[in-house]
Amino acid sequence: MRRTMLFLPGNTPNMLINGDTLGADTIIFDLEDAVSPDEKDAARILVRNALKYQSFPNCEVVVRINPTDTEFWKEDLKAIIPLKPDVIMPTKVSGGDMICQVAEFMTEVEKENGMEEGTVKILPLIETALGVEKSFEIASADKRVIGLFLGGEDFTADMHCKRTKEGKEIFYARTRLVCAARACGIEAYDTPFTDVEDMEGLEKDTEFAKSLGFAGKAVISPRHVDIVNAVFSPTESEIEYAHDVMDAIENGKRQGKGVISLRGKMIDAPIVKRAQQVLEMEKAIYGGACR
Amino acid sequence: MKILKNAVAGTLESSDLFIQIEPDEKELTLEIDSVVANQYMDAIRAAVLDTLKEFDVSTGKIFIKDKGALDCVIRARMETALKRGGVE
Amino acid sequence: MSKLISSVREAIEKTGLKDGMTISFHHHMRNGDFVLNMVLEQAAEMGIKDLTVNASSIFDIHEPIIEHIKNGVVTGLECNYMGGKVGKAISQGILEKPVIFRSHGGRAGDMENGSSKIDIAFLAAPCADNMGNCSGKYGPSACGSLGYAFSDAMHADKVVVLTDNLVPYPLKDTSISEGYVDYVVEVPQIGDPAKIVSGTTKITRDPVGLRIAGLAAQVVKHSGYLKDGFSFQTGAGGASLAVAKYVEEMMEKENIKGSFCMGGITGYMVEMANKGYFDTILDVQCFDLKAIESIRENPKHQEISAMRYASPAAKSAAVDSLDVVILGATQVDVNFNVNVHTDSNGFIMGGSGGHCDTAAGSKLAIIVAPLIRARLPLIVDEVLCKSTPGETVDVIVTQRGIAVNPKQKELKEKLLKAGLPVKDIEELKQIAEDIAGVPNKIKTGDKVVAKVLYRDGTLLDTIKNVL
Repeated sequence: MRRTMLFLPGNTPNMLINGDTLGADTIIFDLEDAVSPDEKDAARILVRNALKYQSFPNCEVVVRINPTDTEFWKEDLKAIIPLKPDVIMPTKVSGGDMICQVAEFMTEVEKENGMEEGTVKILPLIETALGVEKSFEIASADKRVIGLFLGGEDFTADMHCKRTKEGKEIFYARTRLVCAARACGIEAYDTPFTDVEDMEGLEKDTEFAKSLGFAGKAVISPRHVDIVNAVFSPTESEIEYAHDVMDAIENGKRQGKGVISLRGKMIDAPIVKRAQQVLEMEKAIYGGACR
Repeated sequence: MKILKNAVAGTLESSDLFIQIEPDEKELTLEIDSVVANQYMDAIRAAVLDTLKEFDVSTGKIFIKDKGALDCVIRARMETALKRGGVE
Repeated sequence: MSKLISSVREAIEKTGLKDGMTISFHHHMRNGDFVLNMVLEQAAEMGIKDLTVNASSIFDIHEPIIEHIKNGVVTGLECNYMGGKVGKAISQGILEKPVIFRSHGGRAGDMENGSSKIDIAFLAAPCADNMGNCSGKYGPSACGSLGYAFSDAMHADKVVVLTDNLVPYPLKDTSISEGYVDYVVEVPQIGDPAKIVSGTTKITRDPVGLRIAGLAAQVVKHSGYLKDGFSFQTGAGGASLAVAKYVEEMMEKENIKGSFCMGGITGYMVEMANKGYFDTILDVQCFDLKAIESIRENPKHQEISAMRYASPAAKSAAVDSLDVVILGATQVDVNFNVNVHTDSNGFIMGGSGGHCDTAAGSKLAIIVAPLIRARLPLIVDEVLCKSTPGETVDVIVTQRGIAVNPKQKELKEKLLKAGLPVKDIEELKQIAEDIAGVPNKIKTGDKVVAKVLYRDGTLLDTIKNVL
């Protein structure tokens, strides 16, 4: 479950230490944009130590590394991979070859450190026109890829268009990404909403992303976490329906029925799958500390 | 190993620390100023000395202003400063 | 007859201030107060010694009192709160006699029952007439409520009103009336308006503070108290005010109409009342300009005295009808005792104010604080000063979990059922120490520099000097 993925600057101790308490399902320790070039070394060591000495029991940890056309990315991976973050986020991914390049190096580092190959997953940040066009190729490039994540700011710059709140300019990229991800059986995650103060706009934008099929959304402000979580959480009636579906299945099995219907509608495999997902989310949200 | 040149690391923000190091062939000078000195001076000193040992550095001048950094942050900033100071 | 006299000096002469007497002040001018310094300076100039100062609070602006202590002008100090500057000097042991700390309710109660005797009260008044009718609502130094000054006016042998805004008799909207007042002095300025109140009190933007506030609001919701008739108090600082914001959202969603909000009042609470979430505002002190404007113009907004607010000597006080209070802490111990008097090094930098009064009176007292502040864990084995007894504290809310006082079994069940991260207080302490390391114990000296009296006048704890 990655309803919210919160970016945290990699060189700010206070944020790293408290990041897992801010309610996000996933936290992204950022070594890229949030860190100035002359502090890359400091951030890398700091994030590595945070992973080494602190535990983040309440959320998944992603580390965003520097782009593959910089001198930093290999150093980033060498330092970070041995600490087993859940996921690495490569940036400006514009093709499957880039994923292969990163995955190969990750394998190398994993082997050097006696880790099982493929322990750490990849969540590519797609933020170029080429990347969007090649999103299916990227999604299917390596087993490690668990989802696709759209970066709207850099993408619109690459498209020579203006990023707006309405987001018409990223509509194509959004739907294309979701479709490519779904085609590979993985999830798609939406670009952050950048106006930190506009909570109404955030909610609208998030609702829209959900309606397109995104499973979650990145956030750049901790204050955005609750709203995005709420949008991507199942509603009370959805949860109730999911329970009803599972009950109906149970009853049907007991009675030896082949076809099971609920509220006059046949329950087929996709409905069961969806119900299971909803109940898993219910458990994760209401049964754990992740609130 | 020894410190080859002056270097700094860290910041003066809360939960961070600022470290300045200078080469010194002869002896080790360690000055620590911390907002949590009464509660954690032993721990801070231990983390600093431990990192020096890790990098096999036994001499140099080290000045620290600590704003309540955790152990892992102290070790990270020390490592950054030492590497910037030419210790590899 | 005229009560109007020309100077502070004349007031001192006429009231017969002598060596060994006790003089009192209120703190509605907060860190902008000129009156306490003005009176002490005059007393010192006149060679008066051995005074006991009973001020409802001492702020950093009162730093000159340190010199008066060193010179023997002031030899006794009693207050409900003390800022860090004077606090540090006291902690270093400059005053021979221990400072007496009370709570806001306790101070009023002790004056009522005669155990705290005031010879002369010097009352800063943002407006007054020549017979001493006065109020805090009008004038260049307006502070709103004069809540803490009522006890002084009613129980001191002599009462001097000092104002920088003398108006024709009779003052139209009087808080403290002429019957209590002996003399009125017009002075150029009773305070610095910029420091008396804040322009606006803003909700914290600190993400951790907001997270704590959100959890605290969930506790309020699931406690069962958030229903029609709900009464609520919260502070102006840190995460406290943010709790109000989240509570408001819940009240809106569930269409809940509360009865009253109370305490130091901020614009935020005023807005909540104006939107209909509370019928009445009970105001013992205003924190910002909006609160002052409201207490002047809004009939729902009542000024209350410290007695009405919290006195244990009264037949009842408003805190006894309070459902929920949100409070802060510098330290909490595993028995839920709270320290708001000293910092983690043992230096005095605060005081109870209404902390222990509201904790004792309210049905649900919630402490909100970060689990770790600059490496220092909130939860310790034993607090450096017991400001509020653990028996009166119900819930501790931190960003890494919620601890419920074991005596509140039912509440704990409710919160667990709601899926809130309820943890044992020992477990929370362990989490903090796993992150920050176990802090060394602070060694204090042997000299008692302050006695902390509980609201009923009994000794709660003592504060030792810092080495």
